[in-house]
Amino acid sequence: MSNQLFTKTGILSRFILRRDRLRIWIWLFGLVAITLLVAQTFVDLYGSEEERQAIAETMLNPAMTAMVGPAYGIDNYTIGAMFAHEMFLFTAIAFGLMSILLVARHTRADEEDGQIEMIRSLPTGRLSNLASTVLVMNGVNVLIALLIGFGLYGMGIESMDLEGSLLYGAALGATGIFFTAVTAVFAQLTENVRGTIGFAFTVLGVSYLVRAVGDVGNEMLSWLSPLGWVLNTEVFVSNYWWPLVLTIITALLLVLLAFYLNAIRDLGSGFLPAKSGRRHASKFLQSPLGLMVRLQRTSLIAWGIGMFILGASYGSVFGELETFFGDNEMLAELIAPIEGFSLTDQFIPMIMSIMAMLSTIPALMAMNKLIGEEKKNRTEHMLGRAVSRTRLIASSLVVSIVTSFVMLSLAAIGLWSAGNAVMEEGLEFGTLYGAAMVHLPAMWMIIGLAALFIGAVPKFIGLTWLYLIYSFIVVYLGGLLQLPDWLGNLSPFGQIPNIPVEDMDYMKVSILVVIAMFAAVIGFVGYNRRDIEG
Amino acid sequence: MTILEINNLTKKFGSFTALDNVNLKVEKGEICGFIGPNGAGKSTTIRILLGILKATEGRAKIFGKDAWADAVEIHKRIAYVPGDVNLWPNLTGGEVIDLFIKLRGTNNKSRREELIKRFDLDPTKKCRTYSKGNRQKVALIAALSSDADLYILDEPTSGLDPLMERVFQECILEAKNAGKSVLLSSHILSEVEKLCDKVAIIREGKIIETGSLIDLRHLTRAHLHVQTKLPMTSLHEVVGVHDVEVDGQSYSIHVDSEELDEVMKYVSQYGIIGLESAPPTLEDLFMRHYEGVSVGVGGAV
Repeated sequence: MSNQLFTKTGILSRFILRRDRLRIWIWLFGLVAITLLVAQTFVDLYGSEEERQAIAETMLNPAMTAMVGPAYGIDNYTIGAMFAHEMFLFTAIAFGLMSILLVARHTRADEEDGQIEMIRSLPTGRLSNLASTVLVMNGVNVLIALLIGFGLYGMGIESMDLEGSLLYGAALGATGIFFTAVTAVFAQLTENVRGTIGFAFTVLGVSYLVRAVGDVGNEMLSWLSPLGWVLNTEVFVSNYWWPLVLTIITALLLVLLAFYLNAIRDLGSGFLPAKSGRRHASKFLQSPLGLMVRLQRTSLIAWGIGMFILGASYGSVFGELETFFGDNEMLAELIAPIEGFSLTDQFIPMIMSIMAMLSTIPALMAMNKLIGEEKKNRTEHMLGRAVSRTRLIASSLVVSIVTSFVMLSLAAIGLWSAGNAVMEEGLEFGTLYGAAMVHLPAMWMIIGLAALFIGAVPKFIGLTWLYLIYSFIVVYLGGLLQLPDWLGNLSPFGQIPNIPVEDMDYMKVSILVVIAMFAAVIGFVGYNRRDIEG
Repeated sequence: MTILEINNLTKKFGSFTALDNVNLKVEKGEICGFIGPNGAGKSTTIRILLGILKATEGRAKIFGKDAWADAVEIHKRIAYVPGDVNLWPNLTGGEVIDLFIKLRGTNNKSRREELIKRFDLDPTKKCRTYSKGNRQKVALIAALSSDADLYILDEPTSGLDPLMERVFQECILEAKNAGKSVLLSSHILSEVEKLCDKVAIIREGKIIETGSLIDLRHLTRAHLHVQTKLPMTSLHEVVGVHDVEVDGQSYSIHVDSEELDEVMKYVSQYGIIGLESAPPTLEDLFMRHYEGVSVGVGGAV
């Protein structure tokens, strides 16, 4: 009886590999390529010990600790130590994202769409689908871990020995395996895939934040975060393997829990109950605009809270930032303060552009929702009634623009309130808020571009995400990787003046707004002319 | 008064011709059945009528206005039910009905409640929990509770149970009696036969028959069972007689409508003992048009 629970797991695993062959390859190639490329860049850029030691000093500040994890091996800051310190946490998060998205897709998403029902009606075991998903994802994580491990070692960098390289890969793989297990559990608990992904992302986000707060203040707190565990391997310096044992054992227990929950529940049901809903629509809902807001309500609220917390967590390290630089004379000289600006002021533009780019995600989601609706054949419910196309696309655009403003504001307010509380002199709200708002035109340009694609070439709507990712890479990593300036200038975020350090550049900002408006107008015209698909 | 008029409508998707010179007319107070196999172009036609797709050539007019250019004006007076109803999983049925009614502009609270009761729908449940039939009920209730002049229904009953199908038919006949017009695309031929004044058959993007059911019956064959005193040895040679089945002295034949008189004269020579005639069903008509001719366009098999 019990062995029948897993009948045909092998075939289903192959089926998953077949369905995801492209997806898995893209993740695999992306993760391995970025890791190896960045490692090579570090060798090229920070070849001498003095250069590395200088970086090491800057890495000790609390803002960096909050962002990338605690620095270790700082006395002898090798390429390996530096690489692990700056790249490990973000790569681990990417592993987490990959596992969450792929697991949710093959468990709750398929169940919601009724595909699991088809599979289960065939002679397959009750747990076979979950088992094959976990099996494939663990295999993928192990494979990428090995490729990264041997790949790093194969580059022949002095401070990256075989053990360290393999541990680096293994710690990433373990993170992926952990989030595979987490998602598997939430796929059982929630009744729909949005819930599954939402809860799993929440675990990932909270892990990051708890670790950030813990690493800056209280080390015990970091032990509550699975990302804190894998960071404690101290790759390329101490090479501790035992934190991975903790990660894997926890993952194993979670998978067992998922199997148990899957075995005792009905197909299609979850453990978090769905409650009975409204009999009538509220006044608010009864328009395309209201509908667009309502459909994304939960996600927008979650993003709003997330942006505020993110802002606050950056702000909370401001106090220590000043003390830290104040104590360290050598560093203060190294950073070469710009006349009339505090060190905090110099950090603000960087932080603001990161927060602006993150705030673009929910805004872009709001705009691109229109294409999602069209693909699901739901725009015809609007357009089949007395709703014009202009009104429909305008509703999306309004939601998106307002979202961009609200998200960025929440992040700035979070930053200010936490920063103001911890700093002796306090932060001036006006300056800070202005430094945030100056990014709006860049966000709008991406939104305008999305409107253009929606109206003119909906097939290529994915490019808007690529453009945002590109912006993030060139603006955020541009300085670190010493990329040429023109790469940064191709991103709208690269055009935004560094307020408060630089002066406001009305010309550049206005041009961005004009481009955004122009793109949106083309989008509107195109949307009024083309066939609605689906 | 002509409510809906399609003239020489052609729609191409790339090099594929989905609709080829389609013509169709629906008068006021008329229920027009629109039938054809899957992929024949029914939904494409309907989506052009709704201004969701743009015609490559030709015109579609509703209430004398252009279906593409005046879509919003037209939609204030029509109600549409798609065949495949996709709803927002996190809204309740009641919310969706209200939203749909509101988006058309009119509001008739008591009608909404009455229809919810008649179709036996629980409006407090989230759409993600609804079966196909229940999602269709949501769309039907929203459409029928509006005071539209033209109903465009794309296979509206494909997921309903027989009881609900009857409720649907009652509602449509009520609408007809109130002087409304209906374009009903359907696969359920008995439903079309029961409701429609007129039928248009589409196949591979072309309208191949159109007319009242009575007209169309003339184009098809009557089904006769005859028993005669003497054996009819050369029955199969008579012009207009098809598919002869013999069981002793009892014959089952199909007769072309226009040859019926001649055939009866022939048969009566042999002394008729019993005669039964079944009118050609829409299904016969349908099958005749679909079978046989299908080689050529889609299938080089």
